[in-house]
Amino acid sequence: MKKTTEPPLIIAEFRNGDDLSAAARDARKQGFDAIDALTPRPVEGFDEILGLDASPIRWPMLIGALVVGAAAYGLEFWSAVYAYPIDSGGRPLNSWPIFLLVPFEVGVLAAAIAGFAALLALCGLPRLNHPLFDCQAVERATDDRYFLLVRAPTPPTDNARLKLLLFGARAVRIEEQP
Amino acid sequence: MTIVSALDRAPSLEDDPVLPRSIDDGAITGLVCAPLMRSAGGLWWIAFLVCSAGTLATLYGVYTLFTRGVGIWGINTSVVWGYAIANYVWWIGIGNAGTLISSLLLLTRQSWRASISRFAEAMTLFAVAIAGLFPIFHLGRPLYFYWLAPYPATIQLWPQWRSALIWDFWAITSYLLFSIIFWYVGVIPDLATLRDRSSGAWQRIYGVFALGWRGSARHWRHYRKLQITLAALATPLVCSVHSIVGLDFAASLMPGWREPIFPPYFVVGAMYSGFAVVVLLAAVISRAFGLQALITARHFEAMAKIILMASIVMGLSYASEWFAAWYGGNPEDRGLVVFEFTGAYARLYFALLFCNVVAPQVLWLPAMRASLPVLIAVSVAVLVGMWLERILIVWNTLSHSFLPPMDRVFFPTFWDWLFLFGPIFFFGWLFLLFCRVAPVVPMYDVRELRRREAVA
Repeated sequence: MKKTTEPPLIIAEFRNGDDLSAAARDARKQGFDAIDALTPRPVEGFDEILGLDASPIRWPMLIGALVVGAAAYGLEFWSAVYAYPIDSGGRPLNSWPIFLLVPFEVGVLAAAIAGFAALLALCGLPRLNHPLFDCQAVERATDDRYFLLVRAPTPPTDNARLKLLLFGARAVRIEEQP
Repeated sequence: MTIVSALDRAPSLEDDPVLPRSIDDGAITGLVCAPLMRSAGGLWWIAFLVCSAGTLATLYGVYTLFTRGVGIWGINTSVVWGYAIANYVWWIGIGNAGTLISSLLLLTRQSWRASISRFAEAMTLFAVAIAGLFPIFHLGRPLYFYWLAPYPATIQLWPQWRSALIWDFWAITSYLLFSIIFWYVGVIPDLATLRDRSSGAWQRIYGVFALGWRGSARHWRHYRKLQITLAALATPLVCSVHSIVGLDFAASLMPGWREPIFPPYFVVGAMYSGFAVVVLLAAVISRAFGLQALITARHFEAMAKIILMASIVMGLSYASEWFAAWYGGNPEDRGLVVFEFTGAYARLYFALLFCNVVAPQVLWLPAMRASLPVLIAVSVAVLVGMWLERILIVWNTLSHSFLPPMDRVFFPTFWDWLFLFGPIFFFGWLFLLFCRVAPVVPMYDVRELRRREAVA
C-alpha cells in the first residue's frame, strides 16, 4: 500500500457529512484525487462523488444460494428416489413441490454466508491494523467526525492549494500522512 | 412497481420527527455507549442473580428430563404433545418479531425502527435458540435427534423429506444461523465505535470482533447493499419459517390440525407476540439505559398500532376457523369448536379470546396508546393469550379425537411449569449479558435517521 513514490495523504476532518460531501466535490473538480472517506454513518450520494460503481455484492449471494439450493434438492432427489425410496400413499418418489421447502431455507442461509464472505473479501477485512489508525484523530470517524482522504497529484506545490481549499470548505483540522 | 410507488407516498413518521432536534452524532454515541462504559448497577446484579437462579433451575429440569424421560410431564397416551410443543411455537413466534422489525420495516422505509432494531434482533437470536431446544426435549430418546440430518448412516436410513418435522429442522437451523449473521453484520460498525472508545482488554476484544472496521466510504457501499439484501431475504425467510411451524399442525388428519389457514395465521400470531415482547424490552431498556431520547413515545405508539392490527387479524382468524367448521359441515370439525367453547379447557379458551382479541382493543384510544402502563399490561396479556392459543391448539385436538373412549385431559406437573417459566429466566440471563457487552441501539442507523430528519 505504501510506496515511496506516492504523494502524502491528506486527511481532512469535518464536522458533518454535508461539509464532507461538498469538500470532496470541490476537491475533485479542482483535479485532486479524493480517494476515500471515513464516516460514522453511510453518507448518501458519496459513491457518486468518488465515482464508484454499484457494489457487486449481490452476485456471490445469488450464486451461493443457487448452488446450495440445487445441491439440497439434489440430495433430496437422490435419497428419496434412489437411496431410500418410500411409497407414501402413492405419491411420486420425487415429490418436487414439497421438496422445494428445504432448498429455499438453506439457499437463503447460503446467500447470507456468501454475502458475509463477499463483504470481507471486497473490504479486505478482517484487517485489525491499518496505516490510517496511526492518525489519532481518525478514531472519531466511528463517533461524530467525517474524514476525507485526498491526494494532490504533484506535491508539494499543490499541497498548499489543496489545504487552502479544504479549510475553505470548513475542514476543522488537516493532517498529513506520508 | 405500483407497490413501491405506493410505499414512497405512504405517510411516514419523518413528517413528524422521532428524535429530539437537539441530538447530534456525538450525543448518540455518548448515550448508547455510556451504559457500557460504567460498571453495572445494583439492579442489574439483582436481575442477573435472579435470572441465573432460574437458569440453574432450568438446567436441573433438563437434567431430570434427560435422565427420567418425558414421563415427568403431564402428557398421556392421548395428549402426547404438551407444553414442550406449545413452548416451542411460542418462543419461535417471539423470535420472529426481531427479524420482522429489521427487515419488513426496513423495506417499507419505516425509519423509526432504527432505535429498536438491535435489541429486537438480539431477542430473535435468543428466542430462536431457546425454541430450537424444545423439539429435542420432547423426543422420547433425545440422544438420537441427529437422525433428522441427512448423513451416510450405516443403517442406510435417509430423512423422510415429506415430513413437516424435517422441514422444521431445516427451517429452524437456517433461520438461527441466518439471524446470527444478520445480527453480526449489523453490529460491526458499532463494535468499531466501542473499540475506539474503550481501553485495555476490552479494546482488544471489541477490536477483534470489529474486524478492523474503519468506516470507509468504499466499505459502507458494500455494507449497505449487503444489509438491504439480507433484509429482503429475511422477510420471506421469516414468513416461511413460521408457515412451516404452522404446517406441523395443518398437514395432519386430526380435526383442528388440518386447517389451511394455519401458516398465515401463525405468521401473524408470531408477529403479534413478538411485538409484545419488544414493547416490554423497549420499556425496560429505555429506562434502564436512559435512552428515552432514542426510544421515544413515537416508537411505543407505532408498536401499539401494530399490536392492535395484529389482534384484529387474530380475531378474524379465529372467526374463520369457526365459520369453516360450521360451513364445512363435518361433524368432527363442528364437534371440536363445540368442545373449545364448552369442553374441559373452555375457561382457558375464553381467557385466550379475552387476551388476544378483546384486551388489545383499548389501543384504539390515543390516550391508551400513550400510556406505558397500559401498553405493558396489554403486551403481557398478549403473551399469555398467545401461549394459551398454542397450548390449546395442542390440547383441544388431542383431547377430542375421533374415538370418545380415547379422550383424556392434560394435567400439568411441576416439571411442565418449570419448562414454561425456566426458559424465560434463561432468556433474561442472555439478554442481561447482551446489554452489558453490545450497544443496544445501532448508532450508525440512528445517525442516519437523525440526518434524514434534519433534512426533512
